[in-house]
Order: sequence, then C-alpha cells, then structure tokens
Amino acid sequence: MMQTLYDKLWNQHVVPTESGGADGMALLYIDRHLVHEVTSPQAFESLKMAGRRPWRLNSILAVADHNVPTTERGGGISDPVSRLQVDTLDKNCDELGITEFKMNDMRQGIVHVIGPEQGATLPGMTVVCGDSHTSTHGALGCLAFGIGTSEVEHVLATQCLLTRKSKSMRVAVEGKLGLGVTAKDIALAVIGQIGTAGGTGYAIEFAGDAIRSLTVEGRMTLCNMAIEAGARAGMVAVDETTIEYIKGRPFAPRGQLWDRAVAHWQTLHSDDDAIFDKTVVLDATNIRPQVTWGTSPEMVTTIDGRVPDPVSINDTVKRQDLEQALKYMGLKPNTPIQSIILDKIFIGSCTNSRIEDLRAAAKVIKGRRIASTIKLALVVPGSGLVKRQAEEEGLDKIFKTAGFEWREPGCSMCLAMNDDRLSKGERCASTSNRNFEGRQGPGGRTHLVSPAMAAAAAIAGHFVDVSQMDVG
Amino acid sequence: MEKFQNFTGIVVPLDRANVDTDAIIPKQFLKSIKRSGFGQYLFDEWRYLDHGEPGMDVTQRQLNPDFVLNKPRYQSAQILLGRSNFGCGSSREHAPWALQDYGFKVVIAPSFADIFFNNCFKIGLLPIILENNILDQLFDKVYNTEGYVLNVSLNDQLLITPTEERISFEVDAFRKHCLLNGLDEIGLTLQHAEEIKQFEQRHREQQPWLFL
Ligand code: SF4
Repeated sequence: MMQTLYDKLWNQHVVPTESGGADGMALLYIDRHLVHEVTSPQAFESLKMAGRRPWRLNSILAVADHNVPTTERGGGISDPVSRLQVDTLDKNCDELGITEFKMNDMRQGIVHVIGPEQGATLPGMTVVCGDSHTSTHGALGCLAFGIGTSEVEHVLATQCLLTRKSKSMRVAVEGKLGLGVTAKDIALAVIGQIGTAGGTGYAIEFAGDAIRSLTVEGRMTLCNMAIEAGARAGMVAVDETTIEYIKGRPFAPRGQLWDRAVAHWQTLHSDDDAIFDKTVVLDATNIRPQVTWGTSPEMVTTIDGRVPDPVSINDTVKRQDLEQALKYMGLKPNTPIQSIILDKIFIGSCTNSRIEDLRAAAKVIKGRRIASTIKLALVVPGSGLVKRQAEEEGLDKIFKTAGFEWREPGCSMCLAMNDDRLSKGERCASTSNRNFEGRQGPGGRTHLVSPAMAAAAAIAGHFVDVSQMDVG
Repeated sequence: MEKFQNFTGIVVPLDRANVDTDAIIPKQFLKSIKRSGFGQYLFDEWRYLDHGEPGMDVTQRQLNPDFVLNKPRYQSAQILLGRSNFGCGSSREHAPWALQDYGFKVVIAPSFADIFFNNCFKIGLLPIILENNILDQLFDKVYNTEGYVLNVSLNDQLLITPTEERISFEVDAFRKHCLLNGLDEIGLTLQHAEEIKQFEQRHREQQPWLFL
C-alpha cells in the first residue's frame, strides 16, 4: 500500500492493543514531550494528586517562554502572578528530575524554537506540547501537534495519547517564489485560500518545489501556521536539507547511530501515488507579500490590495464578521493596504524569530532608520542562542542603530502575557501568527506580515512593498 | 470527571463565527496555576466594559449590557449556541474550563476547532455539531422565545425542544462512553501498560536515537 508521510509516522507509533483502535481511537506513543509554564501546572498537580509519576523522564524537555520578561532579567520577574507560574514549572521540573532550560540559561527560548535548535525534535518522532503551534516541528518530518492540559497529564502518565487519526491534505506549492516573498507569505496565502477552518480535521503535508527549496527554518514558519489553517499538524518530507540542518545539534545522534538514523529518515516522505483525502495546489509565482487586515488570519490580502468592502458580500454571517473586524481594526472599506499607518513593530514569535528571520529583517533595515511616527519597534529573538548568533553577526547593531529595541528571548508581544503589549487602538505590524481581537493587548490591532515586510513598514511608517525596495 | 447526565437548560445564542480561545478566556487569566475559577472571566473582553485582570473583584466591574450573556433572559444558561469554527486558536484547556466553570454543559455549533473539540470531551463538556440550517432555526427560536430551553439526552443522542421536536446528533462512541460513565482516560490507558512497555522496547531497538 502506498503511504503518505503522515500514514508512516502514524503507523510507526500506534501501540497495538487487544481492543486495538476500537472506534478509530488509537493509542499513539509519544517520543518527545515539550512542556512550558502556562499549560502544565494543572497537569503536574493532578498527576501528583493521583500518585503518578512521569512515564519516561528523558522524553520531556521543559522551558518557560510565555511569561518571561524580555527586558533585563537579573532581578527576576516582577509580576507576582507570572512569577508564580514560572516558579511552579521550575519546582515541578526540579522535583521530578525533568530537563528544563531555566530563564537565565543561554538555551532558553520559545519552546518551538528551541526544540529543533537543540535537535530535541527529530524526523520520525511524535512530538506533543500543550501549545497549538507545536505544528512547527513538523518541518523536520515528524508528527507534531498541540494538546490540551488533560492530555499533557495523559502523556506524562502514560507516554501515550488516546487519539484519532486525521484526514490527510497535501498542499502543493509549485514554481519559484518571487522577490521579497517568504515562507510567511506562503502560509498566509494558503490560509487566505482555504480559510482558517479549511484544514480542520486534517494533517497537512506541504509539498512541491517551492517548499523543497525553502530552508528548514522557512518550513518551520509554514508548519507553524498550519494550525491557523485549522490543521493540528503540518509537515514537510525529510530531504537533504533536513538532514543537514540536524547534523551536530546537541540532542541529535552521532557516529554509527547517526548513520542508522539517516537511513531511516530517508524513508520519511510520501510514496509516489500515495492518496490524500484532499489536495490544494498553489502557484508560487502568483504569491505576493501578504498583509492581514482583519481579526482572523484568513482576512488577508496582498501588499497591492485594499481592505475589502462588506457591501460586496452576500452571506450575512460573513458580512457581519467583516464589519465587526473592520470596526475593531479601525479601517475603512477599500483603503489601500499601503496607506495603513503603524504605531508599533514586532519582530519575533515562534513563527518568525529565528536567525534567518532576523537576517531578513536586518537586511532591509541596514543603513536606515525607523520612521519618526513609530512609537516602538521590538526585536525579540526566539532563543538565547539565536540572540547570541545575531550579535556575533552584528545584527543587533543594525537594529539598534535603526531605532529598534533588542530584547531577551520569549513569546513577548505575540500574546502579550508579559509587559510587551499594544495599548488600545494601537496598530502593529507583527511577524507573529494571530491577529485575533486583543491578542497583542486589549484593543490592539495586529497586521500579520513577514519579517522583511515588518522591517520595511518600520522604515516607512506604513506598509510598503518590500520587493520594490532597494535592499542590501 | 463527573458523569454526564441528562438535563434541561436555558440556551444562549452567541451569533459570531470563529470565536477564538483568546476571546473565550483572554491570556492574562492563563497565569493561574489552578483549574477552577475561570468562569467569572469567560468572554471577559466582551462581557465587561473595563479591562479585566486576574484577582479583580468581578462584582465591582462594569458589565457590557449589550453582550448576550449579560441579558437577564439568558441568566444561568447551560447551553451555548455558536457559529462555525468555534474555539479556534490556542490549545488552552482554560477555554473549556471557563465555559464549564461558568455553568455550560453543552456547546452547539456547526463546526469546532480540533483541539478545542477534543479538550471539551476530556473535561466532560459536550460539544455538539449540528448542520447550519438546523442551527439557524434554533437561533431563530431562541431569539423569539424568552426562556427557551433544550433537553439534552446524551444516551439517546437527542436534543428535545419545548415543542417536543427531536434533533439527533452524532457523537463518537468511545467519547460518549467516557462522558456517560465519567471515566478517567489515564486509568483506561494504564490498563494497557504492558502493551505500551512492549511497544516501547521494540521502538527503542528500532530507533535508539529517539531515546537519547
Ligand atoms: S510565540 Fe506566540 S504563538 Fe508561539 S508559543 Fe509563544 S505565544 Fe504561542
């Protein structure tokens, strides 16, 4: 039988049981369990109350990312509620003997950045985390998806998940990407096409030559946003690019084991003729830099586009949604995207905070200054190691000279659980993944874009087409 | 988990598509390390006119009179009527916790986001998928009838209207069984501990690098 990549990953992890997958429920063995401070305390508490212990300690890697301050950390976390949550994670990990990168560890960072960076997520694995953007890790050819807190406890206690197989979708992006068009733009274009519920019930495999020519970091950006298309998991087949990326990372195998692993990883792709439940094809040459204008990632258009007009929509529910979104965003119908003026710029989040993202932004910014109307422009690297690398390359200086603030790693203004946030009515060009109402602070208005587009907007003070700029 | 029992409850209509988990429970409340107490912050940004922070005395806050949950006729509702892609966004179980803590036992929508849908079952909140046209009728009836209730029978997979109309719904057999019996899934899985161990051993022999 021809198998999809998803079939292979799935089949290699189903624990055969006597009652075996009755009702389509399977017991899926989990190789890597990533843990962060927000969705784990209740799971650890119930585990303890039930007198249970983690099944396999070395499958777990923990890090605090959502609540940590991005400013100087020597003094600890000042917000007592955030501090308690981070302390609780530290305490749980210390008590149980779980590997954790603590706040002041150089390796600390956003959980979805550090997993691949450390080689803690590898091809062929099942990876879970109490966080919807776990789909990111699928870029390495593994099956990775977000779970709720009850499931975090379930995986801690049993190393398995009781779950159901999704349907499979192949999103093929063929052709060559144009100038200034990035993985982020592919992600937004896909969501614009299939909608935020288009992937519900599916695991998406991204394929096609435009995907194969992406770097692993670009693939992560894309898989990261699979959840924004409604799919729990996104993945890309293993190829030489993947294997090159993993080589030499701290948790990756070495020596003989490396060779054995590589041989196995090379089988991790969909067979020719494998059948998908659904296929979507996009022409890469048609994808332009994307900007969201509304309060859902599917409310997106190109940099040459305009804010849509509700009058043109017949479906009542959709029209009301659009009106509501425009009201919240403070935008008039038919406004050209390029005339939208910004207050803040955020470059960061598990979507776009890796070294290549920072390089792409720095390239646009180099030798320029942010517009005087921009109140705050932030760069928040995805991890301590990304930050160090960027500093070694002098990127921090480029950002700082241009007027950006250069911060410590964490989730930061992606969801504003720490002090980094938008005030009511403020408008932000953000490289994160969600533009929901209040996501970056109550009343804040988020436009999702790529790092290069965010950088260009910082310079101009409004959205501009980065592909038209004279860059480096 | 408590057993899910038949009940009759007031229905409240939330006429918006893509209600996301940030709207259901804004992130400032996720800092709690507890599982309870989220109901008072459910839909916080829509429900109150002022900005909410954890630990605030909610009785001192300004309610938004236009928000549907604040209308007198929907007080003590137990059934939430929603639109498509309900619960999209993050994996936070705090969203179903907040709905349940507020008093909801059932959420009805034409479609749900996967993780949210799954999380609901884990805590004994029943998400029901109905077709759009049936939902449209329900929305109409709820708007037109003050105190509109539905009787929910999970066992028979039926919603019964005050006029004795019967609306059937689908539910996964295993999940239904767990809800009706209030079963702890971890306990169920651990009945397979031996099989898991055997699998793990084989898996380790085949791919030892996964166990470094
Ligand atoms: S960066 Fe944003 S999306 Fe990513 S894990 Fe953190 S909060 Fe979630």
